[in-house]
Amino acid sequence: MASKTTVRSEGGKVRRVVVVGGGLAGLMTVIKLCEAKVPVDLLSLVPVKRSHSVCAQGGINASVNTKGEGDSPQVHLEETAYGGDFLANQPPVRGMAEAAPGIVNMLDRMGVPFNRTPEGLLDFRRFGGTLFHRTAFAGATTGQQLLYALDEQVRRFEVEDVVDDHGVSIPGEKMVRKFEMWDFLEPILDDSGVCVGAVAQDLKTMQIRPFLGDAVVLATGGPGLVFGRSTNSVICTGTAAIAAYKAGAVYANGEFIQVHPTAIPGADKLRLISESARGEGGRIWVPKDKADKRAANDIPERERDYFLERMYPGYGNLVPRDIASRALFKTCFHEGRGIFDEATGKNELAVYLDLTHKDEKFLRAKLAGILEIYEKFAGVDPYKHPMKVFPAVHYSMGGLWVDYEADARGSLKAGSPRNHATNLPGLYAVGEVDYQYHGANRLGANSLLSCIYGGLVTGPAVASYRQAMAKSAFDLPKSIFEKAEKRATDDYARILTQNTDAKAPENAYKLHEELAETMLRDCTIERDNKALDGVLAKIGELDLRVKSVRVTDTSQRVNQGAQFVRHLENMLVLARVIAQGARNRDESRGAHYKPDFPRRDDERFGRTTLAVHEQVGSVKFVRAFDYTCAGETVHVTDAIDTSLVTPRERKYEQAGAASAAATGKLGSEPESKSGATTEAR
Amino acid sequence: MAESDRKDVGAGRKVRLRVRRQDGAERVETKRWEEFEVPYLPQMNVISALMQIQKDPRTVDGKTVAPVVWECSCLEEVCGACTMVVNGKVRQACSALVDALAPKGETITLEPMSKFPLVRDLCVDRSRMFEDLKRVRAWIELDGTHELGAGPRESARAQEERYPLSRCMTCGCCLEACPQVNDSSSFVGAAAVNQVRLFNLHPSGAMNRVERLESVMGEGGVADCGKAQNCVEVCPKEIPLVDSISQVARDTTKHLLFGWLLK
Ligand SMILES: Cc1cc2nc3c(=O)[nH]c(=O)nc-3n(C[C@H](O)[C@H](O)[C@H](O)COP(=O)(O)OP(=O)(O)OC[C@H]3O[C@@H](n4cnc5c(N)ncnc54)[C@H](O)[C@@H]3O)c2cc1C
Ligand code: SF4
Ligand code: SF4
Ligand code: FES
Repeated sequence: MASKTTVRSEGGKVRRVVVVGGGLAGLMTVIKLCEAKVPVDLLSLVPVKRSHSVCAQGGINASVNTKGEGDSPQVHLEETAYGGDFLANQPPVRGMAEAAPGIVNMLDRMGVPFNRTPEGLLDFRRFGGTLFHRTAFAGATTGQQLLYALDEQVRRFEVEDVVDDHGVSIPGEKMVRKFEMWDFLEPILDDSGVCVGAVAQDLKTMQIRPFLGDAVVLATGGPGLVFGRSTNSVICTGTAAIAAYKAGAVYANGEFIQVHPTAIPGADKLRLISESARGEGGRIWVPKDKADKRAANDIPERERDYFLERMYPGYGNLVPRDIASRALFKTCFHEGRGIFDEATGKNELAVYLDLTHKDEKFLRAKLAGILEIYEKFAGVDPYKHPMKVFPAVHYSMGGLWVDYEADARGSLKAGSPRNHATNLPGLYAVGEVDYQYHGANRLGANSLLSCIYGGLVTGPAVASYRQAMAKSAFDLPKSIFEKAEKRATDDYARILTQNTDAKAPENAYKLHEELAETMLRDCTIERDNKALDGVLAKIGELDLRVKSVRVTDTSQRVNQGAQFVRHLENMLVLARVIAQGARNRDESRGAHYKPDFPRRDDERFGRTTLAVHEQVGSVKFVRAFDYTCAGETVHVTDAIDTSLVTPRERKYEQAGAASAAATGKLGSEPESKSGATTEAR
Repeated sequence: MAESDRKDVGAGRKVRLRVRRQDGAERVETKRWEEFEVPYLPQMNVISALMQIQKDPRTVDGKTVAPVVWECSCLEEVCGACTMVVNGKVRQACSALVDALAPKGETITLEPMSKFPLVRDLCVDRSRMFEDLKRVRAWIELDGTHELGAGPRESARAQEERYPLSRCMTCGCCLEACPQVNDSSSFVGAAAVNQVRLFNLHPSGAMNRVERLESVMGEGGVADCGKAQNCVEVCPKEIPLVDSISQVARDTTKHLLFGWLLK
C-alpha cells in the first residue's frame, strides 16, 4: 500500500505539486520544491521567461552595507514598516529583511551580472524611502536578469529525472513539467474544502483539463489591468487571484494600489521610468511660472521648482511613491502647475525628470535600459533633454490573504506549513498576488525581494504541508476532478455561446475601457466617498452588462477573445473589492488617501481589510475567521502585529525619520515583544 | 488621471494594416491577407493598432471577421513575446511605432515569423528555442540555494562583457533572419551559441565549459554558421552575436584539436 508520501501513487502517477505562475515568486518556489525532492507541474499564461517580472528595472534591496554606511537588516525592517505606514504584520518583514543579503548572494552565485564596484564587489544604489545605498542592480533591467537566472535554474530541473523511493530514475518523468500558454481557471476543492489541484485551459488548443496537485501555489502576479493602462504587462489581470477568491480564499487590503509617479504615456501601456533614475541623481521639477512655454533646457535653474526637494528636504526626490505621486498630483492638478503643453494649451499632469546634469558614460553604465525605453517610445534623447513623466498605476500591495508563523525572535519560523498558506487548505499564494510584506505602500526594490523571499519560504512550507496532509490528491476518486473539469468546460461553453442572437450585445473590450476609466479617475491617488459610490454604482452596472457580452471570436484555436471575457468577469469582481475597501476605509494611510480624512486613524483602521466573496455584486468584510492548516485550526483576526517597530506618524520632511538607526539614534530600538504569537491577529 | 495624455492631435487620421492570416499550421487553405483600418492614436505602436482591431474586428470592406491573434506581454521590448515580421523586417511589434513606420499613412504589413511552426495568424511556436537552452546547458550548476556566501568576485569590465550577452530575450529574430536556419538544416542558431559564450565566461559556469562546447560541436552546431551576419543586424538587444559565434567557434576548434590532451 502506497503511503501518501511515496513518490508514486498506487496508480503509478508521480505525486506532484502545482505551481501557477513563473515570475520570480513562482520560479523560486519551484526551485525550493525541487530541492526538497517534490516534483512540480508549472503552469503559466506565457513562457515563464516572458513573465511580467522581466519588466522590473531598478533593482533588489538587501542591507549588505558594503558602503560602510551602517545599514543593517534592522534598519531595512524599520524603513519598510514605516514606508508601509504600519499596515504590514512585522514578523514576515523582519524575515525578509534578514534574508535579503543571503538572497542577493545566491543570485550572484547564479550568475546574475550585477553591476560591480572597482574592487569587484556588488554595487548598490539608492532607492526611495531610505538614505542608504541598499539596492543591488544589473543595469536597469534587474528584473529581467533575476528572472533569467531563476528560469535557468528551473530549466536544470526540467532535465532532471524524478527518482522513486529506492533512488531509481522513473523513465520519462522530470522534476519539472512546464505547461506554458495555459490559463489557470480555478482551484479544485475536495468535499472537505481542501485544495487538491487546479483546472486550467491550454490557450492554443483551448482544451480544459484538471491538474492533480498535493498542493497548489498561486504566484500569478498583480492586477494592473483593472485600471486599464498601467505599468504592468498586459497579462496582469489578477484573474487567478479572483478565481481563488471566488472559491473562498480571503482577499486582503485590496484598496492599497500603488501609483508610481514617473511613467511615460502610450496608447497601449504606460511605460515606467524606474525610481532608480532618481536613485542615481535624477531630479523632479516643474517651471516656477506655470505659463512658461520655453523648452525645458531653456529654463534656467532658478526658475525651476524642484518641488519634492522643497517639500521634503529630508528625503527629497527619494520620498516613497505614495508621497511623491501625491505631491505631483497636488502640484499639477490642484495648483495647475504641470508642464505647459503648447499642443493642448493646457498645463498637463506631467513633470520633468531630469538626468541631464549627469555624465553620459555614468548613465549608460547604470541606467541604459530605462533611458533606451524613453528614447524608443517617447522619441526624445533623455541624455540631453529632461524626460516628461506622468503618474501611473503600478503595483498592488493588497492580494490574497496568507498566513505566517512567527518564531521566538519575531521572525518567520522556517518550514512552518502556515507560511504563505491561504485560508483554503492546500492553496498557497506568493509574490505580488499575496498581501504580506508591503503594508499600505511598497518601497521601491522591495518587491523583487519579497517575491524571491516568499518563494524561499513557500517551497519548504508546501513540503511540510505535504508531510502533514491527511490524504494525497493522487489517492482521491477521479470523480472530484471530473466534476471540476466539467464545470469549467460548461462555463467556457457559456462564454462562447451566450448572446449569439442578441440584438445589441456588449463588447468585452469596451466594457473594460469603461471600467478602467472609472477606476483610474476615482480610485487612485485621491479618493472621495461620493466618487467611490459612483465607482461602485458603475461596477454594478457593468456586472449586469457583462452578462450581455458576445464573444468576438468563436474559433476553437487560440481564442483570445473568449479568454478575455473570462478575465473581464473576474476583473469586475476585483474592482469591487478594491473600491468597496477604499469606500470603507475612512482614513489616509500610505497609498490610500482621502482628502476628507487626511490622517491615519490607527484606532479605527489600524487593521487588515479582509474581504470574503459572497456572490457577484457583493463583498463581505470580516474581522476574524478560522481556517485549518495541516490539521491545526488557526484563528485569524484583522489585528496587525506591530511588535517590532512602534507605529508613529511618517515625517519624510526630516532626514532619517524612517529609522531610528538611520539618524544615529541607535539604542532606541523598540523592545521586541517576541514572545507574542500570531494567534492574536 | 493619466487620461490627460490623450490628445486629439491627428484626429481623423487612420492607420492601415495588411495582415497575413491563417487559422492553423495544417489549415493552409485558410491562408489569406486581410486589411484593416483603425483610428490613429498618439504614441501609437503596432500593438495598439492590433488592440483596436481586436475590439472591433472588421476589414476595410466592412466584413466582420475573427479578431487577429498575436502574442504580447511586456509592451516595452523586454519580454520578446511580440516578435513578428513588420513591413518585411523581423522585430518586436510593441516597439514598432506607427509614426516611424507610416508617417504618411502608408499601409503596414504584418506577417508571422516563418522559421517556427505557425499556431494561428501572427502567433508561432518558439519552443525549440527553449529546448536549445537545455541542449547547451545554459545555466550554472548551483550546489543549492542555501546560504553559501557571495559569488565569485568579478571586475566591472567582466560584468560589462557579460551583461549585454545576458539580455537575450529568446525572441527569435536572429533565427528568422538566418539563412542557415531552414527546413533542411538543424542549425541551432545564434541565440543558443551566444548562451554558450555567456556561461563559459562566468567563473563558475566555466567549470562546465567543455560540455557546453561539445553541445554545439556536431551536427547543427556552431560550424553550420555561414557568417552571413544577418543575425546581428536584427537583434533588438544589439547583442554582439557574430563575436559570440567566432569566440565559440574558436573555442570548439581548440577543444577539438587539443581537448584530448587535457582529458
Ligand atoms: C515596469 C515595472 C518595473 C518594476 N521594477 C521593480 C524594481 O525595480 N524592483 C522591484 O522590487 N520591483 C519592481 N517592480 C515590481 C515587480 O516587478 C513585480 O511586483 C514582480 O515582478 C511580481 O512578480 P511575481 O512573481 O509575483 O509575478 P509575475 O512576474 O507577474 O508573474 C506572474 C506569473 O503568473 C502567470 N499567470 C498569471 N495569471 C495566470 C493564470 N491565470 N494562469 C496561468 N498563469 C498565470 C504569468 O504567466 C506569470 O508567469 C516593477 C514592476 C513594473 C511593472
Ligand atoms: S552569422 Fe551565422 S548565425 Fe548569424 S545569420 Fe549568419 S549564418 Fe546565421
Ligand atoms: S540573440 Fe537577439 S535576436 Fe536572437 S533571440 Fe536573443 S535577443 Fe532575439
Ligand atoms: S510585448 Fe514584450 S517585447 Fe513586445
